[in-house]
Formats: sequence, structure tokens, C-alpha cells
Amino acid sequence: MNRPARFHKRLLRAEPSFRILAKLWRISWLYVLLIAALAGVGYITLYSAGGGMPYPFAMPQAIRFAIGLVLMICVALLPPRILVMAAAPIYGLSLVLLAAVLHMGHVGKGAERWLMIGGMQVQPSEFAKIALVLALAAWFSRISYARMANPLWLVPPALMVLVPVALVLKEPNLGTAVIIGGVGASLFFAAGMRLWLIGLLVLPVPYALKLAYSHLHDYQRARITTFMNPESDPLGAGYNIIQSKIALGSGGMWGQGYLHGSQGQLNFLPEKQTDFIFTMIAEEWGFAGAAVVLGLLLLLILGGMTMAICSRNRFGRLVGLGISMNFFFYCLVNLSMVMGAIPVGGVPLPLVSYGGSAMLNVMLGFGLLLSTWVHRNSHFGESLTRPDA
Amino acid sequence: MRLTRRKRESRRLMPMREQKDPARGVFTRRALLFMAVQVGAMGELAHRLYGLQIDDGDHYARMAASNRVSKRLLAPPRGRIVDRFGLPLASNKENWRALLMPEETTDVAGTIERFSAIIPLDERDRSRIAREMRHQRRFVPVMLRDFLSWDEMARIELNAPSLPGVLIDVGTRRVYPDGELMAHIVGYVAPPNEQDVAHSTLLALPGMRVGRAGIEQNQDEQLRGTAGSVEMEVNAVGRVMSELNRVEGMPGDEVSLTLDRGLQQKVLNHIGDQTASAVVLDCHNGEVLAMVSTPSFDPSLFDSGVSHAQWIEWTNNQHTPLINKAVAGVYPPGSTFKPAVAMAALQARSVSPTDRVFCPGYLDVGGTRFHCWSRWGHGSVDMHDALKYSCDVYFYEIARRVGMDHIAQTANQLGLGVPLDIELPHTRDGLIPTPAWRKAHHHHWNGGDTIVSGIGQGFVQVTPLQLATYTARIATGRAVSPHLIRSVNGTLGEKASPEHWPALDMPDSYFKAIRGGMFAVVNEPHGTAPKAQLDLPGMLMAGKTGSAQVRHVSRALRESGHFNSADLPWEYRPHALFVCFAPYDAPRYAAAVVIEHGNTGADAAAPLARDIMRDTLLRDPANRTTPPPESVADAGSTIE
Repeated sequence: MNRPARFHKRLLRAEPSFRILAKLWRISWLYVLLIAALAGVGYITLYSAGGGMPYPFAMPQAIRFAIGLVLMICVALLPPRILVMAAAPIYGLSLVLLAAVLHMGHVGKGAERWLMIGGMQVQPSEFAKIALVLALAAWFSRISYARMANPLWLVPPALMVLVPVALVLKEPNLGTAVIIGGVGASLFFAAGMRLWLIGLLVLPVPYALKLAYSHLHDYQRARITTFMNPESDPLGAGYNIIQSKIALGSGGMWGQGYLHGSQGQLNFLPEKQTDFIFTMIAEEWGFAGAAVVLGLLLLLILGGMTMAICSRNRFGRLVGLGISMNFFFYCLVNLSMVMGAIPVGGVPLPLVSYGGSAMLNVMLGFGLLLSTWVHRNSHFGESLTRPDA
Repeated sequence: MRLTRRKRESRRLMPMREQKDPARGVFTRRALLFMAVQVGAMGELAHRLYGLQIDDGDHYARMAASNRVSKRLLAPPRGRIVDRFGLPLASNKENWRALLMPEETTDVAGTIERFSAIIPLDERDRSRIAREMRHQRRFVPVMLRDFLSWDEMARIELNAPSLPGVLIDVGTRRVYPDGELMAHIVGYVAPPNEQDVAHSTLLALPGMRVGRAGIEQNQDEQLRGTAGSVEMEVNAVGRVMSELNRVEGMPGDEVSLTLDRGLQQKVLNHIGDQTASAVVLDCHNGEVLAMVSTPSFDPSLFDSGVSHAQWIEWTNNQHTPLINKAVAGVYPPGSTFKPAVAMAALQARSVSPTDRVFCPGYLDVGGTRFHCWSRWGHGSVDMHDALKYSCDVYFYEIARRVGMDHIAQTANQLGLGVPLDIELPHTRDGLIPTPAWRKAHHHHWNGGDTIVSGIGQGFVQVTPLQLATYTARIATGRAVSPHLIRSVNGTLGEKASPEHWPALDMPDSYFKAIRGGMFAVVNEPHGTAPKAQLDLPGMLMAGKTGSAQVRHVSRALRESGHFNSADLPWEYRPHALFVCFAPYDAPRYAAAVVIEHGNTGADAAAPLARDIMRDTLLRDPANRTTPPPESVADAGSTIE
């Protein structure tokens, strides 16, 4: 019996097979409840953004969430064995979609971002993040910790990060490219990349940034410039930031009251149902309400990290961490953006912002996260690395 | 049972794995570090939020209140277009409009119904409103009706309670006082399309217009201006309560044209209902004093949208009212091309002014017979006579001697078949063919092509503006180029000065010879255009006729002796052309006239050119700063 076959057999034996009901029971329903609570916040806010009506925003979003919930639970039942096998095709598919969106994507605000598939808008860059997490986790779980010391073993995964980053930058969606890069980097770190190597790579970063700035699109530079001084162009590029800050600030401690936020209801807020939805929350519910939402987000992030740490297999740990970091970056970029702390970047607030593609991808991510939790005791991965490793 | 197995398994594997797996320890440590970072980041965000909402809360609450003071951009008034004496050719008029803010009414269809009960809306209005409603966002107002009268506004105000979301505002409308007279030059404006808006946010403002033809299009950027803003107090539902502060934008620049509106009117009167175009230039600096193309169209129709039927009527009309024939009509120049051929031959030293050519009424070249317009021939002619009689054989011969490349080069230098850089869109360049051009189109250049080009037929095509420019260049020997913009906001352009235009690289004596020939055309016995003689004391004019065939005349028909082109259907008759300049001894004005299918240059175009030149000389616009007073006699001629 040759080595790979033996490897496969051990792998199969090590996978404890338990029935679907038992798996369902192992899903962290507390975590699902947190997810539903955040989606509930989204529903309530979209109801307000729609002018106090379930349409056009709140109801479609609720339906998408329901679909997403089913998707999430289905994914949660998938064992890591299948996820590992699926990682490479999924990653390949995501690259194909990213390439496709560059060629025939629909332009929105000077950037190509959507692909129409069967009448649905698909944002491949969202999907690419999930695919990247799976692919990196699969790679790192195959190579041993010892091999992490050899930079050569880190070249393929580095390429796996850089290709989608480059494609998304080309779209050009700076915000998402940064998130993809961030998620990739955190997986490298968590997988045990040696500190000396990290130090070596971080040193030239300032130069890289300088180079990157020179390749930014005009509208992206405009965002950076107006971010530095938003008042310089109050009716143009700085409008979003200023109006957003005003809306946040006018919320005060307890808010202007549900459905009574003047900035949002009077349409001073741009894209209030998508990227800037947090400002509506903060305006209508005040700091108190916004802090609750922040707390909810933090609980989801920390919960995800905890699930990752609890996993007994390397693949599960890395998937869990990747998904949690993705969610964290998502929130961080969006919230910093609406608070005027970073340039505006077209990143929605997960589960809250109106949008189908983002919703489904976030739910897909949570499905993977729950899968690592359900299969946390599965001895899959590092204990089964090949003998020659 | 299952549980116990799993426990057993994990007991067996766990201790062993956790001992030999440093990766998990590293992972846990680093994941905890991440969690700390995450807590810190969210804490920082909360802190920042606290700063924005609580610490600076009052500040932002005030700003929110002042946000109720809504700031809106104001469309700047479009710059006026005036003639050389400041008479308005395009200006703005107040336009009261009823707008509907879709998001301020719960029942859009009902509101529109109630509105139409007060102010009737026709089908076109309704379909336009429906279209705009579909395309625009809910907080962008949709125009219901514009050009409201005081009476209509009063009725709307009276019924305001039943018309939620309807508001009245004032915009501007472009008016063209002279309508058809200036339509081809001034052009017209139309609402911007989506592409325009994508390039300029200013154009997204309601009421903004984009130049779509003529000077309006060519000078669109200058005429557009920069946006102003208005601060309005709006109540909680966004209705405007009062206007607080208004910063007027920079109106667009006032563009002053070189045209003399009065002369333009007279030229149009002289042309009457013929399909023609005429251009009058100041020879010294290339200023276009008049440029008329008939028939014309009413430019104000474009502001509110042209009906489909009207558009079809315009585009199917064989007299092409939408086309400015002076710059976009190309015609074979016919005999008006002969001075250019003469100049080319002189330049190439193929012939001297005194060289004679015998004209028996035809020239045989390579087995083909080329006829002179006179069946009996002109006998022995030199250049002066050849121009005077417009002898075709002479020009066949010298064209053959000098060759097409030289002719094309000289014609181009004189302004024929080359772009003239006039400030109008959609101009055409015409064509002076060369063997190289012909070869580029995969055809062979025949010797006969050169011969017919010698009398401005064949492939030669020019615009009336090029003809006028060419005449002005012959008259002055300077490379003047025609232009329409005299000044912008009162600043005179550099083209207005004669010194701006360099002398042509051709000897003065050649020009003198050609001018002499053109003088003879009009003023000597047996010249082709005695009808072009001016009846002004001390004023003499020089010119050249042209009758350009648009259809081949067969030899049999020609020799039958009964051929008379006036009997042909209109669209087969030759074009009638005439180019001229005056006064002969000190040329100041040059003109070109092309009457489509006018039959002969001598009978149709020459008298028209004479009338135009006579009025030009009488008005003398180049030497005035104010328009000449309209005399009673002139007023009478306007009615004719």
C-alpha cells in the first residue's frame, strides 16, 4: 500500500461520523442567536431607512437572511474532510469569478464590482475572502509547523493571497483588497510564521505603501485627500464623511428616536441603507444603541475566535480564525469609515447593510465557523501529517 | 456508546498530540493576541464614537440643525452670445417651472392627476415625466411643466394643499432672438444626457443645458460658468421654508462673434428662398462678417425637445435645413478653382502670365476630348483672358503641364481642401485630390483626372467657407483664416489683428496677375460676370464665376446643341458659384456664394454676390464699432 493511500485511510478512520441530529445539537445555538440579533438590528434599521416601511429594504433583507440561515446551517454540518477537498476548487472558482468581473462586471461608482449571474448581483470579491480562508487553512494544515520556518513553503500561500488582492485592486475596490490582504496576513501569523520572517517582511512596508499610492485611481486618491481635510470639499468628495459625522454626532447619548433621525430621514446621509447604515443606528439610537451594536459585533468576533482556539485540528482552527478575522476587518473598516477615521472604501457593515451578496457570503462564513465548532474534536490535520513531513 | 468511543479516542490521542504539537500553542497565543487587538480596536471605535456623539455632540447637533439649512447648488446663468456690435444672438430668459419632489408625496400618480386638472399636461409631458421618474432618484425633483405664466403659477399656489411635493422654482431658458437667421452659427442647447452628467456634476443640476451645435457646442465650456449655491431653511420634511443665503455662481463668459447681425439679415434677404450659402469675410484678419445657409431651422425647438415628426421632416428634407452648408456643404468649385490652378502653374513656373494657349473649343488628351464651355472656342488666350472668359481649354492645358501635386499643394495653401479651424463643430474639410490620395483608395490616377481638376470638377470638393478664405488670401496675399469668435468677456482675441496673419509664400506679381484676371471677369467687356458690377461710385469688385456640374453631360447631348441645363430637374442642375473681393484696389471684404443647383454662376450667383458685397461695402462693419443706423430704404428692403 503506497503512502498516500494509507494516509487517506487513516484520515477516514480518524473522522468520527455522527449523525446529522447530533451535529445539529452541537451547533452553538447561542452564537446563532447572536447572529440573528445582529440581523434583527439590520432589519429594524433598514425599516427606518426605507422611510418607516418594510419595503424597499427591510423585507428583502429579511428574506435573504432566512436563506442565508439555511445555507449557514447546511455548511455547518460539512465535515472538515470535505471542506479541505473543496478548498482548492472553491478557491479556483473564486479566481475565475474575480477575473470574470474584471471583464464583464457591472460598473458602480467607477469600479467594476458586480457580476450578474442568473439575474442576481454577485460580488466575487466577497466570495473570494471565504475561498481564500479555506485555501490557506487547507495549505497550512497540510504542512507542518516545522516547515513554517522555511520561507519557501510560504511562497505558494503568499501567491494565493496576492492574486486575489491584485484582482480586487484592479476592480478597483481598495477596501476589500485591504481586507483580503489583512485576512491572509493574519492566517500566516496564526499558522505560526516565524517572527524573524515577519520582521523582515514588515520593514519595506512604508516603501510599498508609497508605491501603492502612486497607482491609486483618481477617485481613490480624492477619498484620501478629502479624508485628510473633508471640509475642503463639503459638497463634493467630502460630503459623505461630513454628513456621516454630523449624523453620528447629532445622535447624542440616547439618539433622536427611532424613525426620527433627521439626517437619515431627510436624505442628507448618502447610501444610508448600505455602507453608512451604522450612522443611522447611531443617529436614531444614540451612543447607547450604537454601543450595544458594537458590543454585539465584538461578541460575534470573540466568539468566533474562541471557537477557533477550541478546535482540535489545525484546519478548523485556521478556518475559524480566518472567518473571525474577516468579520472583524469588515466591521473595523466599515465603522472606521463612517466615523471618518479612514478613507471611504465601499465596505458594508456585515449583516446590517442592505445587500444580498454580502449577506450570503457572511452567512457562508459563519457556516464554516460553526462547522469548525461542530467538528472541533475531529482529529483531522496536523496529527495526520505525512510521516516524511 | 458513541460518546465513550470518542472519549476514548481523544484520551488516546490528545496528550500525545498536545505534547508534540507546538503549532497549537503558538496558534492559541497568537489568536489571544488577535483577540486583544480586536477588543482594543472595538474599544477605540467606541471611544471615538463617544467622542463624536457625546463630547462633540452639541457641536454636531448644531451642525445637524444647520443641515436642515439645506445647501443646494445653483445652475449658473449661461453666457450670452452677441454679435460684433453686442447685439444679443443667444440670451437667457426666466423660466418658471413646476417641479415635483417624488419623495414628498405618498401618491405620485394622484398628485400628477390633480396637477393636470389645474395645468393641463399633454401626452408628451406625461411620457417625459414617467421617464424621468423611472430614471431619477426619489429626492431629485422631476419637472412637471415649465414656461409657466403668472396666471398658472397663481393657480398652482392656490391649490398647494392638494399638491404635496409640488414646488415652483425659477430657472432660465435659452432664447434665440433671431431664430432661423443665426441657427447654424449660434447652434442650440439641449438638456444634458447621462454621459454629459457623468463627466460634470455641474450638469446634473436641473436647468443646465449643453450646447449641441454651433458656437453653443464649440464654446460650451466658456458659456457654462461655475455653480453658485443657495442656503435654504427646510423643515423636517424637507420643504423649503425660506431662502437664507445665496451665492451666485460665475455666469458663463459672454462670447462676442465677428458676425454683423444686420449684414447677416441682409444676406439672408438677398438669398430669399434659394437653397444656398454665402460667407463674407474681412480680408485683413479673416473675421466672418456673415455666414448664411438656407434653409434654416428654429433653434429654440431643441430646448424643450424636438418632436419626432419635426425631426423626420428635417432629416428627410433634400434642402438639408439642419446642415450649415457654409462649413459642412462640399461642392465642386467649378471655375472658381481656376485662380488656384493659375497660381499653381505660376508657382511651378510652368507658365508665365503672358504665355498663350490656343483654344479651339476642346482639348484632346490621350484619345479623350475635353470640351470648353464655349463650343466655338476662345482662340488664343493668355492668363488674363483665360480667367476673364473662364476658358476651360487654357486651364486643361496648364493643369496638364503643372501636374496635380502642384495644384493640390497651392490650393491647400490658399485654404481649399484643408481644415480651417473655424469655431464650429461638424465642419468638413473638402478634398483636393492627388494621385497619392487616389492610390490610397486603390485606384489609378488618370491624366484625365488632372485635366478635369483643372476646372474644379472631378474629385475636387470645397466648402463655401474655404472658397471665401481662398478669395481673401488671393486678395491680400496673407494666410488669413476665418474665425467667428471676436472676443470673450470683452477681451479681443489675437486673431483680430491683421499682423497675426503671415504673408503667403507666393510672389506678389503672381497675385497681381490673378487679381487682374478676376477684375476682368466683372469689369471688362466679355467677362463672364458683368452682372456682378457694383453700382457704387469709385468701388470696383473682382470675382470669379463657377458653374459646377453635378452630373456628367454626355458628348451626344452636348453636341446636339439643344442642351440647356436649366431644363433639368432641380437636383441635376449645376451648382452656381461666385467668389469675389472688393474694393479691387484695396481689398477689404471677400465673399463666396454657392447656390445649390442654381444653374450658372454668372446668372444666379454673381448678382447675389454683388448685392451682398454692395451691402457689405455700404455697412462697412470692419471699420465700425456700432451698427450703422437702419435707413428707411434698408427697412423697406428687409420686407421684400
